[in-house]
Amino acid sequence: MKYVLLIHQGDTPLPGTDEWAQLSEDEQKAVYADYQAINQTPGVTPSDVWLESPETATTVRVQDGQTLTTDGPFVSVKEALGGWLVFEADNLDAAIELAARIPAARMGGGIEVRPVKE
Amino acid sequence: MIGFLGDFDLAEEAAQDAFAIAAERWPREGTPANPAAWLITTARNRAIDRIRRNRTLAAKVRLLEMPEATEDEMDETTIPDERLELVFTCCHPALALDAQVALTLRTLGGLTTDEIARAFLVPTETMAKRLTRAKRKIATAGIPFRVPPPHLLPDRLAAVLAVVYLIFNEGYGGRGELAAEAIRLGGALAELMPDEPEVHGLLALMLVNDARRAARFADGEVVLLRDQDRSLWDAAAIARGRAALDRALALGGRGPYALQAAIASLHVEDEPHWRRIAALYGELARVTGSSVVELNRAAALAEAGDVEAGLELAESLELDRYHYLHATRAELLRRLDRVEESRAAYLRALELVHSEAERRFLQRRLAELR
Repeated sequence: MKYVLLIHQGDTPLPGTDEWAQLSEDEQKAVYADYQAINQTPGVTPSDVWLESPETATTVRVQDGQTLTTDGPFVSVKEALGGWLVFEADNLDAAIELAARIPAARMGGGIEVRPVKE
Repeated sequence: MIGFLGDFDLAEEAAQDAFAIAAERWPREGTPANPAAWLITTARNRAIDRIRRNRTLAAKVRLLEMPEATEDEMDETTIPDERLELVFTCCHPALALDAQVALTLRTLGGLTTDEIARAFLVPTETMAKRLTRAKRKIATAGIPFRVPPPHLLPDRLAAVLAVVYLIFNEGYGGRGELAAEAIRLGGALAELMPDEPEVHGLLALMLVNDARRAARFADGEVVLLRDQDRSLWDAAAIARGRAALDRALALGGRGPYALQAAIASLHVEDEPHWRRIAALYGELARVTGSSVVELNRAAALAEAGDVEAGLELAESLELDRYHYLHATRAELLRRLDRVEESRAAYLRALELVHSEAERRFLQRRLAELR
């Protein structure tokens, strides 16, 4: 079964921010190492698309034929999508275990695990 | 069937087909030598037929490649008891808790959607949607049909115990076969997880309470604990329950099920120690934060002789839609000779009661007031 793991960074410290700078070097290395290990996990299609931060998003809606543009993501900045992985797994438990290894899951964000239509 | 097909609805339809064919054929042709094997074989073959006709289920190609089963290949020993796999699947954390409970009751307990809806005070339509959504999620999201692997098993247990207990409670109101099913499941869990105190606690609780089943009703009428014919109590079940309780306590169990089992065990002693029972209810209320437990403590306090304290506690609880609250208040008010208030409380309880036997009981108590 194929799953998309949607990574919501939430409060996760991201490279380039003050919060990230406050992490120890070991913690920073662990994050990179975790992502590398995940990308090398059998069944994972590493994403070659990494999104800019949610603040850079623009949301478009059309109401009564009028195009409405708002600054920012569709949901709150904290809730917005940071990136995704595609994972071929036997079952949901395997996808959940992989999701739990993604740094955002333990650092203040959340991973949405969604099955892909077959 | 579900493990074989990975789809609840398909399994159900195939089973129904098989039963329908059996109902039509067996009276004419005679019952087969192994009816269970015949049913399973027929259901499997009907399911394969349905899949072949339904192209959108092409993902189940592996089934099409299987030869059609014959009866000779199946005997009693190859029919697996899949109930444990089923209960862990139904209680998977990816499902909302209310969906876990509903699904387990529907597939393991065999309750109708309407019966489940009534048990949880929601409209039938709501419950039907809940079940459909849950089954769809299991199939679509790939929730595996299995007992969880060792590293996941402990975490998955809490939800399973809660659901088994709910099934037992639905059976305890009168549907005896459900209570037996819950006890069977509890016993299987105790074998699977012998080091878990709460598993033994739950089993103990169910056994000790179920032991009094035959004495709880006389000619369809409710009989209170103090009036029960103890010769109708299942002494062997009580003994089994106390053995399970001992195991739970030996494993250090002070969780909700172990506590409730200890309370149940005290209730069936010749002269229940009501103060000790009330104290245990107090400990249980602290652990669970449950108002219903506090109501039980109120009743125990009254039995211990402190009727006013019991009434005061009962009236402090926010359980206005719970018929036992008003029934308890009515009883305590009666003991305090506050007849008009007691009558009002019985009437309120009668507005809320579900079970016919309990309704008649309340009506009798109300009539005795006059």
